[in-house]
Amino acid sequence: MLTKEQIAQRIAKELKDGYYVNLGIGIPTLVANFVPIDIDVTLQSENGLLGMGPFPTEEEIEADLINAGKQTVTTLPGSVFFDSATSFAMIRSGRVDLTVLGAMEVNDKGDIANWKIPGKMVKGMGGAMDLVASAQNIIVAMQHTNRAGESKLLKELSLPVTGLGCVKKVVTNLCVMDITARGFELKELAVGVSVADVQAATEGRLIVEGDIPEISF
Amino acid sequence: MYILSENFFLIWESLTSQDDCMNKVVKNANEAIKGISDGMTLMLGGFGLCGIPENSINALVKSGVKNLTCISNNAGVDDFGIGLMLQGKQVKKMISSYVGENAEFERQLLSGELEVELLPQGTLAERCRAAGAGIPAFFTPAGYGTEVAEGKEVREFNGKQYIMEKAFESDYAIVKAWKGDTDGNLIFKATARNFNPLMAMAGKITIAEVEELVQPGELDPNFIHTPSIFVNRIFQGIDYEKRIEQRTIR
Repeated sequence: MLTKEQIAQRIAKELKDGYYVNLGIGIPTLVANFVPIDIDVTLQSENGLLGMGPFPTEEEIEADLINAGKQTVTTLPGSVFFDSATSFAMIRSGRVDLTVLGAMEVNDKGDIANWKIPGKMVKGMGGAMDLVASAQNIIVAMQHTNRAGESKLLKELSLPVTGLGCVKKVVTNLCVMDITARGFELKELAVGVSVADVQAATEGRLIVEGDIPEISF
Repeated sequence: MYILSENFFLIWESLTSQDDCMNKVVKNANEAIKGISDGMTLMLGGFGLCGIPENSINALVKSGVKNLTCISNNAGVDDFGIGLMLQGKQVKKMISSYVGENAEFERQLLSGELEVELLPQGTLAERCRAAGAGIPAFFTPAGYGTEVAEGKEVREFNGKQYIMEKAFESDYAIVKAWKGDTDGNLIFKATARNFNPLMAMAGKITIAEVEELVQPGELDPNFIHTPSIFVNRIFQGIDYEKRIEQRTIR
């Protein structure tokens, strides 16, 4: 099974030189720690920053400089600030090459739910609906099951949908899967996890073809 | 002579009390929020606690004005920002994209005391921009197929589905800038810009509070974010706390 850091590390392998990338809150944020040193990636933070730098030192902290998770951050040479309409212009017009998001549920058609639990939790969608409506390349980082052990990779979503047919790849603590017209296609397995384990933890349609390699970093 | 000067004084008074008058500078937040009354719709700039109009919010809390509809990306935290207005039960309805940091908000919402309309963040921004740009409505893909699309017109363009969203209507927009001049030109700092320049364009009356108020000519025209024409009232704020929600260091 993968730790949160390992999920992020595996997703970082999908980064390519020159990519503009938007990282969601939670596990996706950790992807920034594993950007390969030989490639250049620019992080977009939808509150109005392109070229997000690392967290500041105590001396560098600036209240007016935060990321979309409201964490203090820094700039880098070439960074730029802009208003929220410009930020979502970048997103809706498809200029962000890769979006990494967390999810509460994903189904085998690539629909995602991550903004609301009716009657229990009302936090809002933030920028997630704009991102999933427009991005060509969306990877979801999530735990395969909830705390009760129930699958979060479903046939049908039980929670309110954030976006339809948008998720292309899911990296969980158990495996890597691509979502195609056929369903969840198992691509890689975490060390110590079997196809049967994934099958048992996946409610949606799972496609297993040939030998499934182990996840490498 | 006496009558003339009295007339002149009266005319001057009436001019300076109008929002389209050239003299936009007001003394403080209490003066800036004059005219905001029960039941109005306000836009409040900021993302999280970053770039919020602290002075004006405190003045609104003190004024006791209520039944407000507030358009703001977030709702502050329990004891700061719009959270203070929620505590005073001054807000009837919030229009936001993310409200996860506020327990009092969640309590009032689940108990039915507070109405909320949640919108995708980009839609919220564009509805402000449209209002300020004379565009009554637009089509966006964000929210298609979700609860957000309920009751909204759907149209297909180039094989993709979009929903129609309308420009916001608001009585007042209240924004926070870093620097401003007495004409109303504004410059924002870092990510404290966020929704502020969009809302500044969108209010029937726009109030700007700034950290530093300077004379016309002191700001480089090349680097002004909000042109003065959008701003009706401006003042230099005091005692900015600039609270940080997630103090994160490496």
